[in-house]
Amino acid sequence: MTTQSHLAHRFQTLIVGSGPAGIAAATCAAEAGHRVGIIDDNPNPGGQIWRSLRGQSTPDTSHGDGASEWYRRLTATSATRLQGWSVFDQPEAGIVRAERQGGTVHLHYDNLIIATGARERFLPFPGWTLPNVMGVGAIQAMVKGGLPVAGKRIVLAGSGPLLLAVAATLRAAEAIVVCICEQASLRQLAPFALGLAADPAKIMQGLRYKAATLDVPFHTSAWPVEADGDGILRSVTILHHGEKQQISCDYLACGFHLVPNTELAAMLGCRIEADNVAVDELQRTSISNIFCAGEPTGIGGLELSLIEGQIAGLAGAGQDKEARLLLDKKRRASHFADRLAAAFALRSELKELPQETTLVCRCEDVPYGSLKQHHSWRAAKLHTRCGMGPCQGRICGTATHFLLGWNADSVRPPLLPVRIASLASLEAPLNSATSNTQETP
Amino acid sequence: MTTSYDAVILGAGIVGAACALECARAGMRVAIVERDTIGSGATAAGMGHVVAMDDSPAQLALTGYSRSLWTRLSPELPASVEYHACGTIWVARDEEEMDEVHRKLAYYTAEGIEAEVLDSNALAEAEPNLARPLAGGLLVPHDAVLYPPCAAGYLVEQAQRHGATLLLGHTVISAAHGQVTLKDGTALQAKIIVNATGSLAPALTPGLQVKPRKGHLIITDRYPGYLHHQLVELGYLKSAHSSTGDSVAFNVQPRKTGQLLIGSSRQFDSDSEDTSVDHKIVAAMIERAALYMPGLPSLSALRIWSGFRAATPDKLPLIGPTEDPTVFLATGHEGLGITTSLGTARLLADHLLSRPTTIPLAPYLPSRLPSSYLSDEAIHV
Repeated sequence: MTTQSHLAHRFQTLIVGSGPAGIAAATCAAEAGHRVGIIDDNPNPGGQIWRSLRGQSTPDTSHGDGASEWYRRLTATSATRLQGWSVFDQPEAGIVRAERQGGTVHLHYDNLIIATGARERFLPFPGWTLPNVMGVGAIQAMVKGGLPVAGKRIVLAGSGPLLLAVAATLRAAEAIVVCICEQASLRQLAPFALGLAADPAKIMQGLRYKAATLDVPFHTSAWPVEADGDGILRSVTILHHGEKQQISCDYLACGFHLVPNTELAAMLGCRIEADNVAVDELQRTSISNIFCAGEPTGIGGLELSLIEGQIAGLAGAGQDKEARLLLDKKRRASHFADRLAAAFALRSELKELPQETTLVCRCEDVPYGSLKQHHSWRAAKLHTRCGMGPCQGRICGTATHFLLGWNADSVRPPLLPVRIASLASLEAPLNSATSNTQETP
Repeated sequence: MTTSYDAVILGAGIVGAACALECARAGMRVAIVERDTIGSGATAAGMGHVVAMDDSPAQLALTGYSRSLWTRLSPELPASVEYHACGTIWVARDEEEMDEVHRKLAYYTAEGIEAEVLDSNALAEAEPNLARPLAGGLLVPHDAVLYPPCAAGYLVEQAQRHGATLLLGHTVISAAHGQVTLKDGTALQAKIIVNATGSLAPALTPGLQVKPRKGHLIITDRYPGYLHHQLVELGYLKSAHSSTGDSVAFNVQPRKTGQLLIGSSRQFDSDSEDTSVDHKIVAAMIERAALYMPGLPSLSALRIWSGFRAATPDKLPLIGPTEDPTVFLATGHEGLGITTSLGTARLLADHLLSRPTTIPLAPYLPSRLPSSYLSDEAIHV
């Protein structure tokens, strides 16, 4: 029994992350005949962009962007799906450990495909720690999870296409989206918009967003400078074309574009270049049996993630020829990624947002004033404890990278807070740890 | 940049920082050279305890003396140092270990270090999350914990107020015969060079019997009230002071935030640049800790890290002159560098200035250990 279960957790290809890139990779590797496992910390597959709606356990297929087709293909394979499990370290080469509700599991792999997606970038400004100021991805997840926002006044601010996507979700939930504040200038965005028009699929996407957000003012060169409230958010002050404007609201959702989740790759020793996981054309990292696909190789959006996922899945399963057939498509999609990066590059005025007393590290309550006296992330971390809390610097490290040009430390296990017992589990009883998972078969 | 100093201190760990302050306070022109940032080596990696420890009479003399210096300094320490006189409890599992508790009590009392025996019930009352029943323990009430990087930072700041120069981000490539050469080619002239580079000291002063001894620590999320004292198993000294092999011992410490630091491990023969986490030793640490605190495994761990203690064969630090009349040592503090930094610095300054010392320096003099190189080589290597 134990042996059988043990075998079930030895995979020829193991994929970490079940967003679009992970789903595509798992599907292609499994269709190519590999014994595949796909593991993700969310209860349901879909990642951020296809996050399931409340009461559903399947990805959100309501956007017609390929989610239902990919999910159907994945479930037609024999890939073992492990949802709700967080990978937290690699006790030895070829084995990762994951935790779920205190239980641990060891997963052996021949090939690993890292498809860990991206997270939002938060930038600190006075009042950003008030209740009801949150991430755009967070409010989207909460609304999909059932947070009632009908009639609530919501301001979306920051940068990137996610603002529009989330506005659509909020409008569908009958919220009043007061305005969208995009920090990029119209001139910066124009080439991106033109680029969209060159691609019919993107036009559809753009139109849909536009339709849903028809009544929502979309400000460019606008960003939040202060959130106010008496213990809870009451209003936000926006700087729009150099003029301050105070807007009353119930929620302020912020996100300054995306940052790739490179922590797992970095912990495993994969080379990181210019904040992204370095890969070759077949998505191979600097470690021969580890691949990476989607946002961790550079923010590129849904289409590029799907292509990279397929390439990684095929190449991992030894089907290099088939993988190479996708390279032209990948090149075209990466042009979109390049335009994306240029369009939503952060303006340097945003570095002036935090005041001396503005908290940058919310875990350890470290204000900007005490951080900027230091000359490096490590010095600041040691002397202020910035980045030493439960988020392990994912928020403040990302912010100080932009604000002060600091680079984070090396990544060490555990990747996220885990039960101490999990750190002591060297080879867990696999069958008991994975009972009740929705794995197939 | 001024390039001539009375004393150039190598290393801005807690020992170097303390030495810099003592020298600067005595009126010397001091420079501190640090390759990374203040308190970034063993100082950052360690727990931060200020404890009386009695592996040998000399160890108890130095830890007791140093502890009294910390107690005196504590009122002026800024809040960021998190100095907290929480006391240590040496935990005894059985009657045999209780015998050791009584022996320790007599020894501490004779040396003027306050201590108090806890019986099984008193121990359970003092630390409700300990396993039950345990035989008892020895409470050493004036032991303390602190946050070492900020303590080192404070000492450096005070040294700077007395005129010391801090050179951060400079790697020293040689330090002998009154000259310290930096990687960028800068040469600093120094009447006195103090090598306080911890386990890296032999790279600059060849022949030292100092070896890196790797240790791991785990820090938890915040659990205010979970732990009140520093807890150490009585077998700790056996683990800490066996000279070979890998070992673990139960040692937990409360932070003011309610976080717990969980140790400890000791490993020799590790590459001193390899700070990767050894999962087997971490698992052994956790199993050991769970014997004493069965609830620990269900707490949430935020981080694990490792670092290198500077270990000597006789478990005592190296403080004082070398064969090179310009080079002095302040290294080899193993797991007691935070505690003994202040005593080390005072002894070294007293020696340099020919002042009488409060405790004898002799047990810590480098000359007690034969150099592992021939003296000729030491000069030319």
